[in-house]
Amino acid sequence: MWLNDVWFVLYVVIIGGYVILDGFDLGTGILHPFIARDDRERRVLLNAIGPVWDGNEVWLVLGGGALFAAFPLVYASLFSGFYLAMMLVLLVLILRTVAIEFRSKRTSTRWRATWDWVFFGSSLGITVLLGVALANVIRGVAVDAQGNITVSLIDLLSPYALAVGGAAVAMLALHGAIFLTLKTTDDLLERLHHLVPKLMVVFFVIMTAVVAWTLALDNEFAENFRSRPWTVVFPVGALASVLTSWVLLRRSRYLPAFLASGTMIAFLLGSVAAGLYPVLVPSSIDSAYDLTVQNSASAPETLTVMFVMALIGMPFVLLYTAGVYYFFRGRVVLDDESY
Amino acid sequence: MTAESLSRIQFALTASFHFIFPPISMGLGLVLIVFGVQSVRTKDPKWRRLAVFWVKVYGIVFSMGVATGIVQEFEFGTNWSEYSRFVGNVFGSLLAAEGVFAFMLEGGFLGLMLFGGSRLGPKMWLFATSMVVGGAHFSALWIIMANSWMQTPAGYEVRQGTFGQQAFMTSFADVVFTPSFLPRILHVWVASWMVGATFVMSVAAFYLLKGRHVEISKTMIRVALPLFVVLSVLQVVAFGASQATEVASNQPEKLAAMEGVFQTQQCAPMYLAGWVNESDQTTTGVSIPCLLSLLVAQNPDATVTGLNAFPQSDWAPLNLVFQVYHLMINLGMLFIAIGVVAAVLFFWKRKLWSARWMLWILAVSIVLTELATQSGWWTAEFGRQPWVVWQVMRTAQAESPTVSAGQVWFSIGMFVVLYAGLFGVFLFLLNKVIRTGPAPLDEEDAEEARSLPDSFGEIFRRRSRVSSVTG
Repeated sequence: MWLNDVWFVLYVVIIGGYVILDGFDLGTGILHPFIARDDRERRVLLNAIGPVWDGNEVWLVLGGGALFAAFPLVYASLFSGFYLAMMLVLLVLILRTVAIEFRSKRTSTRWRATWDWVFFGSSLGITVLLGVALANVIRGVAVDAQGNITVSLIDLLSPYALAVGGAAVAMLALHGAIFLTLKTTDDLLERLHHLVPKLMVVFFVIMTAVVAWTLALDNEFAENFRSRPWTVVFPVGALASVLTSWVLLRRSRYLPAFLASGTMIAFLLGSVAAGLYPVLVPSSIDSAYDLTVQNSASAPETLTVMFVMALIGMPFVLLYTAGVYYFFRGRVVLDDESY
Repeated sequence: MTAESLSRIQFALTASFHFIFPPISMGLGLVLIVFGVQSVRTKDPKWRRLAVFWVKVYGIVFSMGVATGIVQEFEFGTNWSEYSRFVGNVFGSLLAAEGVFAFMLEGGFLGLMLFGGSRLGPKMWLFATSMVVGGAHFSALWIIMANSWMQTPAGYEVRQGTFGQQAFMTSFADVVFTPSFLPRILHVWVASWMVGATFVMSVAAFYLLKGRHVEISKTMIRVALPLFVVLSVLQVVAFGASQATEVASNQPEKLAAMEGVFQTQQCAPMYLAGWVNESDQTTTGVSIPCLLSLLVAQNPDATVTGLNAFPQSDWAPLNLVFQVYHLMINLGMLFIAIGVVAAVLFFWKRKLWSARWMLWILAVSIVLTELATQSGWWTAEFGRQPWVVWQVMRTAQAESPTVSAGQVWFSIGMFVVLYAGLFGVFLFLLNKVIRTGPAPLDEEDAEEARSLPDSFGEIFRRRSRVSSVTG
């Protein structure tokens, strides 16, 4: 059914939108204790993401809703099977929202330092947890004949999953750092100029290792690329994007470098999708129990309605997202309304 | 306790806590639009001053609503996976639509609304605010739609799916416009506007009692009080009454539970207060004869079906539903009284400004309207039990088979600690903003406001912000 494939692609696009957009503000959260030296600099970083982070996070909410509607059996199995991990995701999501909103409401140093650590810890936590979740989906989990998943939190935190979590942290820290070069000035900008190339090298090394590990996993992932050779465009595109970003950074062309970084994330997620398709959640018990694009999707009536909604809604979403980014373009200037 | 009971408690807890905030986002949003329109129309700086002050409060409330809202979206999957599998085709699409059409609108424009005050002229700020507030109303629309499908399911058929029976959509229009949807969304919107109006009145009355910000507080009451009076009357005579009619025809056993009616009877009475004894199946209390029949059928002799006409296994927790329903009803009556007395005092030589007892009542009115919206939601949800989807799926069949009681104990503990802390910080910040009060605006600020970009053309012709600020 072609609609199922359309929704598979749309779902990857939504996840991509989330990782690219919220990615740079998560990266800002991860980096900020290390690059900001005083309260003013920390406020600059916070205000660099201030007007847009909330809109970015909406892509995650959209991801939850779209999964529920398009692939309800995956939504039900994954969310209940990963119960404790999902609760931790909710915990860090809430803490992060609160940290950003409440930090600047008082001037006390202790108040601000506390929320700064919450902001850092929750940004790191979301990134690691989402990396871990993705790793477990790539590797496969214990899906049984009824579609139920039984897995403990400890099992989720396998060495491979932690490695993917680590790669996610390096990727978003890099993405965030490149974004911040567009938003900062003076000393802070100077520090970022020195930091970005180092981050890129670290990211490249970790990501190469994780890619090798993924291909060595005992499942269909590598096999899917062999049987569909054209899908190699995704990993090749990711490699080309990261190299482009590197060249642009060397020439101090930061906006194109940021866009290249976003493109790289899109290609990496495309690679994961290509390695999984048509499976959404592989079963480690028996591949007959895999949750696939066909057996876990909603019926054509629902997928059609949803597709029409996406066609109507998404142009508006893209239009005003672009409008808001355009309005708040340029470097951060602090004023009364700032965080 | 079983994982199922714990999941029920957790859902009730997180949903009730979340539902403190959306009514304010809608109601206070409406008042902010009034301030914005007045600012554009009259150019009087006091309106801008009010908008700048209330938007600070709005930001705090909104972030609480967003933070607690994500939990709700995830909890269907985490705690109620059998429900999610069963209804995903129908219910999931409504949640997804909320994401596309409502959250994106709110998320996109919230930055402009909260941060745009010093960068946008009055017209553009009003536009951004209207988008956010419109998004909040849209969001409620999709959620009530989804919940109404659980109350009065339509437009679906049950067939075998991959892992058992599932509800499949047969008509999207029927799913959207289920019989209970329209009366319910109107009831919720009006309730939310009442919450917004009382929030503004509460703060203004507090200032008047303290003798601070006197002129601007009177302006707040002049805007909010008429809104409150009209809405509180309409809510009882029109929107509340239409709800009773709707419930009586679509969910008769729920209506019987709300009023503790055991025997089917003509000229059924309506209780002002009472107690339902579930063991000997009697309801005692103070009642008005025939009023329930009149309310549900506009005819005092109409027959109201009693609980005995339905199997006992399909009864809701009777006394609980009765009590929360009557709390809402009685608060609704109280609101009319408060509104009318305050209006009389206002028109009677402006005695309202010095009637301290009335100002005290207005100052606590936000707590009462919040309590009323909560008890309304409880009536709807407790009254739906034992069904999660009315007469199609029982709540007991809906839980996640893989989640253990220990895991839910952990998450309940987490939410209790997290939400208690969150609520503490919320009240602390709210208190701080309110104690600081609306900052006075001088002529310089007003001058500056006039130079801000105030149309799409001006915004897009403007050079990048840095160059315009630092020269």
